[in-house]
Amino acid sequence: MSEHARPLWLVPDAEASPTKLSCQGVSKAFTTGSGAVVEALRDVSFEVGAGEFVCLIGPSGCGKSTILNLLAGLEHPDAGEVLLDGRPITEPGPDRALLFQDPALFPWLSVRGNVEYALKLRGTPSAELRDTAEHWLQRVHLFPFADLQPHELSGGMRHRAALARALACRPQVLLADEPFGALDAQMREILQVELQQVWSELGNTFVFVTHNIREATFLADRVILLSARPGRPIEEYRITTPRPRRFDDVLLRTVVLDIHERLSKEVERAAGEEGLRPDLA
Amino acid sequence: MIPSDKLPPPADVWNAFTSNVTGPDGMLAAARGTIIRLAFALGVAVVVGTLIGFAMAASIVVQRSIGTLMTALQSLPSIAWLPLAIVWFGPTERAVMFVVFIAGVPAVAIATATSIRQVQPLFTRAARTMGASGWTLQRTVVLPACVPGYWSGLQQAWAVAWRALLAAEIIRIGAARGLGHLLEASTSAENISLIIAIMGVIVVIGLAIDTFFSVVDRRIRRKRGLLVPA
Repeated sequence: MSEHARPLWLVPDAEASPTKLSCQGVSKAFTTGSGAVVEALRDVSFEVGAGEFVCLIGPSGCGKSTILNLLAGLEHPDAGEVLLDGRPITEPGPDRALLFQDPALFPWLSVRGNVEYALKLRGTPSAELRDTAEHWLQRVHLFPFADLQPHELSGGMRHRAALARALACRPQVLLADEPFGALDAQMREILQVELQQVWSELGNTFVFVTHNIREATFLADRVILLSARPGRPIEEYRITTPRPRRFDDVLLRTVVLDIHERLSKEVERAAGEEGLRPDLA
Repeated sequence: MIPSDKLPPPADVWNAFTSNVTGPDGMLAAARGTIIRLAFALGVAVVVGTLIGFAMAASIVVQRSIGTLMTALQSLPSIAWLPLAIVWFGPTERAVMFVVFIAGVPAVAIATATSIRQVQPLFTRAARTMGASGWTLQRTVVLPACVPGYWSGLQQAWAVAWRALLAAEIIRIGAARGLGHLLEASTSAENISLIIAIMGVIVVIGLAIDTFFSVVDRRIRRKRGLLVPA
């Protein structure tokens, strides 16, 4: 496909915001328990602008989560650089909150206690703890459940609590690793709408990993499609649809189909390389 | 199999119990002596065992050396320490305490180290991304996360220590009277009703202490949603 024939959403944005996060030629390999070396990422470069919502999507095992762990500072690249505001990321920090597929709430603390935990780490004065925690719980509509233990909440409410806790860190960057992956379709949509709303108001930079194309196009300013392992960006989709978005938006649906087709091709290519017939894979 | 004159009816056992509750040689005083011994020796064992457990969890070298020693000690019936304890301390209070202590330490140490090592990495990762590290991470995440495992360890340790203590008392060491001493004395006197009555008291105290541990254990687990509804 020649450049001028590309659909609108593949054309790079002319006025990009200043770079917040950047990966420059990042490679990362792991040694498995049996001693085999698995190459997760090879020469990955991409940038995320300040206040931009980027979704990473790709075949399973393509290293999406590895990219997030590198951005979070939980892991370190074998080669290349991972930068925040131009400075190398060396360790985790409250400026980059990470949402996991598991809400990872501390079961020994109440919902309020979990949010207060994040606030205490920020050095919030104890006199303000209660009010500030309530503010964030209200933001995710969990205030009536503040005094429950995490296990007493439904799956969706636990994810809201995790979001409240992450937001309480006042992070510049939010990183999310398939945070709604284990939820049913209805709850997923509700949380996607709420997340879109919260993000629109706060304007954090967001890197969101998902395998759900619909979720990615609904939430993102930009969707980066990664190749099969070893992962590297193979396509970018810019979603200019104004917010609040609707799931039945025609343009979004078209982009979903486009990404789906491209992703299927990539999965088939990878399966072919592994000597499998794609129809059997 | 048991001659009937050696198996007293329940009424005799009850009489033996009621007529031996109070007094300087009574069961109340003996139970008190035994429980004070247990509390003191087990208390020291918990402190020492917990510290050893922390060291085992923190260092692979300590785990391989002291940790292996702890596992080895656990396989040794604690009463087997008694001859050595008597040689070292004489048939004294310290010998009893030592045996109870050495019975409790490995259970506490192993439970501490295991519960720390089994803290879900998800919790520490989450805390690290919120900016916790070093001692703050240990104090605010690792310690609270390992409480259920640690408490199970204490429950095991008390049972081991309790058995070691009664065994040591039956062998008639230690100055103050305990239930074990009383048991041994009534055996010498061939007071079979009293023997059975004292065994009953030992069982009841054991059940009471175990119930305390179980109640606290259930509270811990219920709060965290770890209790499967029966």
